[in-house]
Amino acid sequence: MKGIVRVGGPILLALLAGGVLLVALGRDPFSFYADILSRGLLDPSGVQDTLVRMAPLLLMASGLIIAFRANIWNIGGDGQFLLAAAAVAGLGPWLIGVLPNVLAFLILGLIGATVGAAWTLVPAYLKANFGVNEIVTSLMFTFVGVNLGNLLIKGPFRSTKTLVPHTDVIPFRELLPKIPGTRIHVGLLLALLAILIVHYTMTRTSFGLRLRILGSSPRAAAHIGLHTARLTMISFALSGAFMGLAAAVEILGVWGYMRADWNPGFGLPLFALVFLARLDAVGVIPLVGFYGVISMGGHYAARRADLPDDFMLVIVGMILLFMALAEYFASRGDERPSLAGGLRAALRRGSGRG
Amino acid sequence: MGDLLTAAFVSALLSGGVMAGMPLLLASLGEAISERAGVLNIGLEGMMLAGAYAGFVAVLLTGSHWLGLGAGLAAGMAVSVLMVGLCVRLGLSQIVVGIAILLTAEGVTSVLHRAQFGTTYPRLGSMAVLQLPVLSGIPVVGASLFSQPAPVYAGLGLVVAAWWVLRSTNFGLELRAAGEKPEALDAAGVSVVRTRSLAVLCAGALAGLGGAYMSIIGAGIFVPFMTHGAGFIAIVLAMLARGRAAWVVIGSFAFGMTVSLATALQLVGVFVPIDLVNMLPFVVVLVALVIFARRAYLPSALGLPYQRGSR
Repeated sequence: MKGIVRVGGPILLALLAGGVLLVALGRDPFSFYADILSRGLLDPSGVQDTLVRMAPLLLMASGLIIAFRANIWNIGGDGQFLLAAAAVAGLGPWLIGVLPNVLAFLILGLIGATVGAAWTLVPAYLKANFGVNEIVTSLMFTFVGVNLGNLLIKGPFRSTKTLVPHTDVIPFRELLPKIPGTRIHVGLLLALLAILIVHYTMTRTSFGLRLRILGSSPRAAAHIGLHTARLTMISFALSGAFMGLAAAVEILGVWGYMRADWNPGFGLPLFALVFLARLDAVGVIPLVGFYGVISMGGHYAARRADLPDDFMLVIVGMILLFMALAEYFASRGDERPSLAGGLRAALRRGSGRG
Repeated sequence: MGDLLTAAFVSALLSGGVMAGMPLLLASLGEAISERAGVLNIGLEGMMLAGAYAGFVAVLLTGSHWLGLGAGLAAGMAVSVLMVGLCVRLGLSQIVVGIAILLTAEGVTSVLHRAQFGTTYPRLGSMAVLQLPVLSGIPVVGASLFSQPAPVYAGLGLVVAAWWVLRSTNFGLELRAAGEKPEALDAAGVSVVRTRSLAVLCAGALAGLGGAYMSIIGAGIFVPFMTHGAGFIAIVLAMLARGRAAWVVIGSFAFGMTVSLATALQLVGVFVPIDLVNMLPFVVVLVALVIFARRAYLPSALGLPYQRGSR
């Protein structure tokens, strides 16, 4: 019951605040939210879109949980995602043409994960060795990654068949197989499997325990002889690998190609969900489902209300704000170490001279 | 290389560098002040966007560029009140609140822009250039550096004033104490919360002003997400400058010039892909970070809420 209030409270308040903004703009908040619900959840075709959208989101959430558990603020998920997407979309049509599909999918998934992981190396190295704040560096890498992806798509990966710059297209029937009778591709099953594996690793293995020790107290981790620098690099790279895998799943399952300047911006909104779930991998599943509904349904509702999709950013930002407030009121007079404790440690470590 | 260094090229590089560097300068100065006092302001970009939008609307309504800049400043400050309340007073996570501010500001400005100007896309008139006497007569440099709209000079004056305040006043000392050893400041009878609140408000005001510069003087138009990471570059600049105003100035204009490099190159007939140009400032910042990583310095109490009596 307490959990429902803790999670539902901030969401409700954020929706309320969004409603106030809608009223201020002369839109009807009730029909807006009704549109979201009917398209994102109740419509049989719309709910399939929601489930399809959940696949990359769940994989990215897994990546965020691995990083956050180790107290690494990987804010650069979008850059890792987009660069991996460009690589997969650029090489995919060719690989699928020359190899059996299953083998091509495996290799492309590996390529995506490798690119995503590679894009975390410098921020991880700087954090592990010099204590440079990874929030800033991973974000810088996002901006570079977005543009580098565009350069690739407009350059070597550009399709010769069109005027608009995009990669060659994988034929629809060559995409990831669908669950029979639906439009939902098997990437969703992979994502659910991934999140269960992350949950198991984090709660039941010694590697997960090491990451959590590193996350809650770097000094304790060093004291008991953990290689904190190496652990930081590994967990950052794993986090990036999941971002890249998410990109591979989205490209191979839904799009089949990538257009220049495509940026779904999945990364930052996921923060709110992962925190609301208190970094619990299984707990994040229903929240990702909720976000899938408001992002797919919201796209429809925003178009009907003649507003940009960015309206959803307001909702997500507000959820974060109200969640932070709720954590404050819940932890007052309660000495239990919360998120803020680990964060404090991370910043303290990042502030020294290495 | 010889023909690259023509007067037109250098002039475009310099004046574009000042134009693009000014918002960075203001925002990173704000961040430097806030970081000195121990508050990491991840929401800087959001405050810039709020300032850019409010400034743009104010110029449209009043027709005065100066009032627009004032409105941008006020908007940035208003957003930072949120940070004061939640992070400085209640001690909530500065990162979570910062990201929340960023997302909300991105969303709200984009939504408002579509609702208000989605069909008209108005442009602002450009501001008259103030040619400094004598100095503007110098070849090449005169036409670029000393022929800028008046707010550019005012902004530079503001930087000098901020530098003096940080360096030579009691308030500057209190700021540093709030970031390095808040207990000591508290023991000396100065309120840590008050000092930090003022620092965060300053940062918000400067970031808002920087954003307003972008929309009013730089672009003459508001575009959603127009700050395009400038707020985050500003954070890195503040980190690398280690709280020294002179380095903030040098860094900002150096990065401003990487932005204006593309335009300048086009003047001499060299075309560079736009994505490469957009990428360049971030690459430069990252290279600087890798080289100077050991020397990037942050105050020891950065990011820590101050609670009297806690260990």
